[in-house]
Amino acid sequence: MLEVTDLHAQVVDMEDGEILKGLSLKVNPGEVHAIMGPNGSGKSTFANVLAGRTDYEVTAGDIVFEGESILEAAPDERAHKGLFLAFQYPAEIPGVRPWQFLKAALDAKHEANGEKKLSVRDFSKLFDSKVDEVKINPDLMKRSLNEGFSGGEKKRNEMLQLAILEPTLAVLDETDSGLDVDAMRIVSDAVNALRSPDRSFILVTHYNRLLHHIKPDVVHVLVDGRLVETGGPELAEEVERDGYKRFLEEHAPASA
Amino acid sequence: MTTTAPPSTIASYERDFLKHEDRADWLSELQRQAWTEFEKLGFPTTRRGNELWKYTDLRRLDSQAFNLSEAASMAASGELSKIAPWSDDWHSAVVIDGRFSPDLSRNVESAGVSISDFASTADSLRQKIEPVLGSLATVEDNAFVALNTALFQSGLLVEIGDDAELDQPVHILNIVSDGPDHRAIYPRTLLIAGSNSKAVVIESFVNLSSGPQLTVPVFEASLGAGAELQHFRVQLENEQSLHLGTTRSEQPAGAVFNSTTFATGPAIGRNDVHTNLAEEGAETTLHGLYITNGQSHQDNEISTTHHKPHGTSHQFYKGILAGKSRAVFSGKVLVQPGAMKTVAEQKDLNLLLSHGAEIDTKPSLEIYADDVKCAHGATAGHVDTSMLFYLMSRGIDRQDAAKMLVTGFATEIIDEFEPEPLREFLYEKLDQIVPKLDSEGIL
Repeated sequence: MLEVTDLHAQVVDMEDGEILKGLSLKVNPGEVHAIMGPNGSGKSTFANVLAGRTDYEVTAGDIVFEGESILEAAPDERAHKGLFLAFQYPAEIPGVRPWQFLKAALDAKHEANGEKKLSVRDFSKLFDSKVDEVKINPDLMKRSLNEGFSGGEKKRNEMLQLAILEPTLAVLDETDSGLDVDAMRIVSDAVNALRSPDRSFILVTHYNRLLHHIKPDVVHVLVDGRLVETGGPELAEEVERDGYKRFLEEHAPASA
Repeated sequence: MTTTAPPSTIASYERDFLKHEDRADWLSELQRQAWTEFEKLGFPTTRRGNELWKYTDLRRLDSQAFNLSEAASMAASGELSKIAPWSDDWHSAVVIDGRFSPDLSRNVESAGVSISDFASTADSLRQKIEPVLGSLATVEDNAFVALNTALFQSGLLVEIGDDAELDQPVHILNIVSDGPDHRAIYPRTLLIAGSNSKAVVIESFVNLSSGPQLTVPVFEASLGAGAELQHFRVQLENEQSLHLGTTRSEQPAGAVFNSTTFATGPAIGRNDVHTNLAEEGAETTLHGLYITNGQSHQDNEISTTHHKPHGTSHQFYKGILAGKSRAVFSGKVLVQPGAMKTVAEQKDLNLLLSHGAEIDTKPSLEIYADDVKCAHGATAGHVDTSMLFYLMSRGIDRQDAAKMLVTGFATEIIDEFEPEPLREFLYEKLDQIVPKLDSEGIL
């Protein structure tokens, strides 16, 4: 499904700005991986680099998704192949309605994959049922995308998009941040409902909270741009109990 | 190389003024005054100190005269719905090349509303017109009001009765016919809204020619106490033409004048709006969208004066600029001494799609009362890369995503055009305009 090899990345045109320093990761179909790490370890950078954000450049290494390198692929092409990023801070887009936006997104994906587009009627049916499923307030769907949404509503809206676009690999960037218990349950229910033998997830998170609701198969700890340890759920429990101190002491570069 | 100064074009306007002898007696005094005033003022220049015209250069009016358009005829009214916002249910007055066309107009006499040509107006109505015409848009106000007043062919009176609440909008459709270049059109509308009346008035301007023409419209709105008027102005011009419009309203106690404009197209466009909150508790909302491309220039001169306490004014304009175009937003709010508890807001947001486009934005507040709540702001930015990435990450390609963002930016204003046929017409226009914007490959 996904194979990341020795990935180095930095902010475009920034000297000494390397953030990912040789990250390697393999995700098989159906697996749920958690990437945990302290602030500044490169978690969000990794999520954004996977999705193809052009603020970052990959200086070495490769990302192979579904058997092909996607380093040269634009974000929309990656989405067509089945990659999805749930944003930590979803953009507010004035004047663009969620329905219109998701119809365009799904149409583009179908078109790119030589599939038939849904009729307005069929799409509306799908949309309404998913709105219901992720329990997002239907009134919000009349507004501009994410405009005036609370933090929790934005995250639910990401889950709505996830549910409609049905990616094969979903990367959730700190989706648990700023969520109350109810919102956390809705996010995790949405993810759990979508778990299947051919769909994988990467949960990028600082805390173990979300992992109580979504059981990961593999847990990685990211420190200073590298995955420094890999294990099972017990690793997440260690982080919850003891924090990142041990990992930082063992793996962070010695300060000058 | 030596160049001789071009002969003054003023003489040619004077010929139009002198030729125009069929004017009604009761108008001739005002029109004569207007001409005298225009001769005195001349066309505005960008010379230093002339703040009102600092960014809009009208020198081409000195070298090229535009003469009164001959009356033109238009084919069947079936065409109107293709070229302009239209509904058969509206109270529509059609004005072609500055002349009222009764044949193409519809529902001009209905319960609560009457639209008539000044020339055909009975004595009783004339007595209503005379004291108001030229009192809100005064000939001393600016050269274009003076020129319009001296040269308008048909004046339209829109009268809305006391307490009337119109179900359907009034629509003044101004058409520049396809014809010779360098014609001048002077549409003039006087609206008298009775006390506690409620109405929607649409003024639209379409140009069917592709050559350079000059349109100089004046719209005066006199509202009765408690009247609520929603005004929409749609300016669709061709890229060679000049459009220099003036809108003036005065509001007594509790009267509301809201105006939303959509302006695009001309070589030089000016939307000059002034609302005068004359008595307590008057309100005005002046919103607009301007879209400029190529070499076009759109100037928005938007101002409100608060004379009495408890007035509210909102100015909110948005601009989309592409190519080497230029736009101006000059917003003014003047709060006179004693206009306590005034609430005033000004905002101008711009989306620049090219490096060659330029916006001069100048919201300003002049406050002489101490118990007021006023705020202003202006921004200019490019297409937001985070928004673009968000849309693309869902599978929408870069161009479509950019188109969605530009259209979305316009939506906030277009959604205010409440009558559905009008809003749909503008969305169709927008869909035609956006892909043609010269955005250095963004769109």
